[in-house]
Amino acid sequence: MARMSMIQAINSAIDIMLERDNNTVVFGEDVGYFGGVFRCTAGLQKKYGTHRVFDSPIAEGGILATAIGMGVYGLRPVVEIQFADYIYPAFDQLVSEAARLRYRSGGEFWAPITVRSPCGGGIFGGQTHSQSPEAIFTHVCGLKTVIPSNPIDAKGLLIAAIEDDDPVIFFEPKRIYNGPFEGYHDRPLVPWSKHELGEVPEGYYRIELGKAAIVRAGTEVTVLSYGTMVHVALAGVAEAGVDAEVIDLRTLSPLDIDCIVASVKKTGRCVIVHEATRTGGFGAELSAQVQEQCFMHLEAQIVRVAGWDTPYPHAFEWEYFPGPDRVKRALLKVMEN
Amino acid sequence: MTDKQPLRLHVPEPKARPGESPDFSDIVIPPAGALRRPAFDEADHTMREHAFGMIRVLDDNGLAVGEWDPKLSDEMLIKGLRAMLLTRTYDERMMRVQRQGKTSFYMKCTGEEAVAVAQALALDAGDMLFPSYRQQGLLIARDWSLVDMMCQVYNNTKDRLKGRQLPIMYSVKDAGFFSISGNLGTQFPQAVGWAMASALKGDTRIAATWVGDGTTAEADFHYALTFATVYQAPVILNVVNNQWAISSFQGFAGGEQTTFAARAVGYGLPGLRVDGNDFLAVYAATQWAAQRARANHGPTLIEFYTYRAAPHSTSDDPSAYRPEGESLRWPLGDPITRFQQHLIAKGIWSDEQHAALTQELDEYVRAAQKEAESYGTLGVKPASAATMFEDVFKEVPEHLIRQRQELGV
Repeated sequence: MARMSMIQAINSAIDIMLERDNNTVVFGEDVGYFGGVFRCTAGLQKKYGTHRVFDSPIAEGGILATAIGMGVYGLRPVVEIQFADYIYPAFDQLVSEAARLRYRSGGEFWAPITVRSPCGGGIFGGQTHSQSPEAIFTHVCGLKTVIPSNPIDAKGLLIAAIEDDDPVIFFEPKRIYNGPFEGYHDRPLVPWSKHELGEVPEGYYRIELGKAAIVRAGTEVTVLSYGTMVHVALAGVAEAGVDAEVIDLRTLSPLDIDCIVASVKKTGRCVIVHEATRTGGFGAELSAQVQEQCFMHLEAQIVRVAGWDTPYPHAFEWEYFPGPDRVKRALLKVMEN
Repeated sequence: MTDKQPLRLHVPEPKARPGESPDFSDIVIPPAGALRRPAFDEADHTMREHAFGMIRVLDDNGLAVGEWDPKLSDEMLIKGLRAMLLTRTYDERMMRVQRQGKTSFYMKCTGEEAVAVAQALALDAGDMLFPSYRQQGLLIARDWSLVDMMCQVYNNTKDRLKGRQLPIMYSVKDAGFFSISGNLGTQFPQAVGWAMASALKGDTRIAATWVGDGTTAEADFHYALTFATVYQAPVILNVVNNQWAISSFQGFAGGEQTTFAARAVGYGLPGLRVDGNDFLAVYAATQWAAQRARANHGPTLIEFYTYRAAPHSTSDDPSAYRPEGESLRWPLGDPITRFQQHLIAKGIWSDEQHAALTQELDEYVRAAQKEAESYGTLGVKPASAATMFEDVFKEVPEHLIRQRQELGV
């Protein structure tokens, strides 16, 4: 075991896969010599050479397209889109190509790509460095979407993503790269090195995609969350003083619906917490599925805590960010019934 | 008061519209043999005339002239003629079955047969092809089964794509023929990625890919050229300039101002502009680019200057936007007629042989059609509807199993 930040855990996962599989290649903007703007690929080019880890032109659509071609050849590309906000030029290649290739070719061709991309706000990144576009991808059949909330999960999930033969979008909440963020922007950050989930195995291990984790067992209400908001949800639960069961979804697609349904049937209440904008967000899908499968068990309306339906405003970051107080209010509201 | 002129927007307009006489007066056709054949490793900046002139081998008398003559064996010449003629015969037959209601859709490549056929023959069998939707000649020149192609067009019980794709969107891994996408141009940078992979693994195979003149306007075209030049990928980037993108003439892709081959100049890679209706010129240019790529001298952009004699697809009516008979006036003629004339001029072919071959291929295609139709035509389900939940992912996930159960299959 070693103490690792989420950045170091991600670096370790990529390092291990470069070592284990000669067909793994890593590329993207600034990922080579420099090691990435967030340092997730630091040292890897030096260790594995420029044929395995290299810089790319600033062309996200080109990065994805060439990754697909490499995947078709038989490589296992791990590409970085520098910010999730920059992924849109690659949208056609992801949606129309990577996601559909196996299907449209009757299983003849596929591209086992992993697309890593830092997402989310709370870092004063303004509207082009703060977005959480995961729901756009969960809507696309043929893509898997993963969002870890801590270093140990990040490493195990990323290894599973790289080994997966389907395209995986791996969003990394950059606000928690260096330590868990409970939403209290005015308090000092506790680094992962002082957190039990920063204790990461040094070698190879997998955390299977499609499996949620119950991070806090409880009986009164189920809180569904992922990424940074898992920590915010836990803080909100503590503030509300309710016995909530907090589920970290970890993988949004495929979704561990059985874990969710079992919990909501037990608690009878459900609050959904995500940072992304509310309308059409992944919370809408969660809410629909919970309602369809747990209707007779629900004691209260399902409540979503989400980003407002506005772009991420630079100067109003903390009015925008759905912090623990909003989680608390949602919990108290569903507990009224 | 101002002395400034009002601005004026230029909206391109083709020279002639329906009801008018076809007008190709602005097209400059250089004589065959005019351009030199550079060494395969020549620097791109010393051969820029190739992006603006036109590589042509067959002259008006059907003779092969100049440095670009690939000097093919008689056997290869006849093979090329046969594959082009078979492609045209196949197209005519499939167009007819679409009209008979046996399938929903078809796209012919009439007038463009030389491009795909000569290129497939100039490349090695292991080279990977990333085609657009009008390169059926690649499969035919690689001797792929017509029955298999037809089964895809019919979406019948032997359709390897399990009834999922629009007719003609073939995918044949065994023939090195990548799955065709209806989203235009996406394959262009994918081919570059495949070529990059081949190079970084120390393989010897190269990639080739095709788009039309209209698709050069897509970002994917520019991604491909950028990545190809940055990494000097072993790939041949082909633009089939057939003048028309459905109803939009090539002026709407920027063809009024410069050539499509000239796009290469800004990227620092060789651009070749080729008479696309000249089998020998197509073959020679492809051979040159392949040799260059195999020797680690990087990518080549080739523009094939041709004319889409067919409608865009069976859903299209060209008489609504271009003059009738335009294809007959196309100054570069018909690729099959010109090549047939060459073989006759060379003394290895005759009108009688041509008539016999035409008859033979017609029977061959009819026989293939009969067999393909024995496996069903559109409307005969290719398989159980349960198969539509497969291949979305490698393993069928739980939610799709439940949706399949909901459908009741």
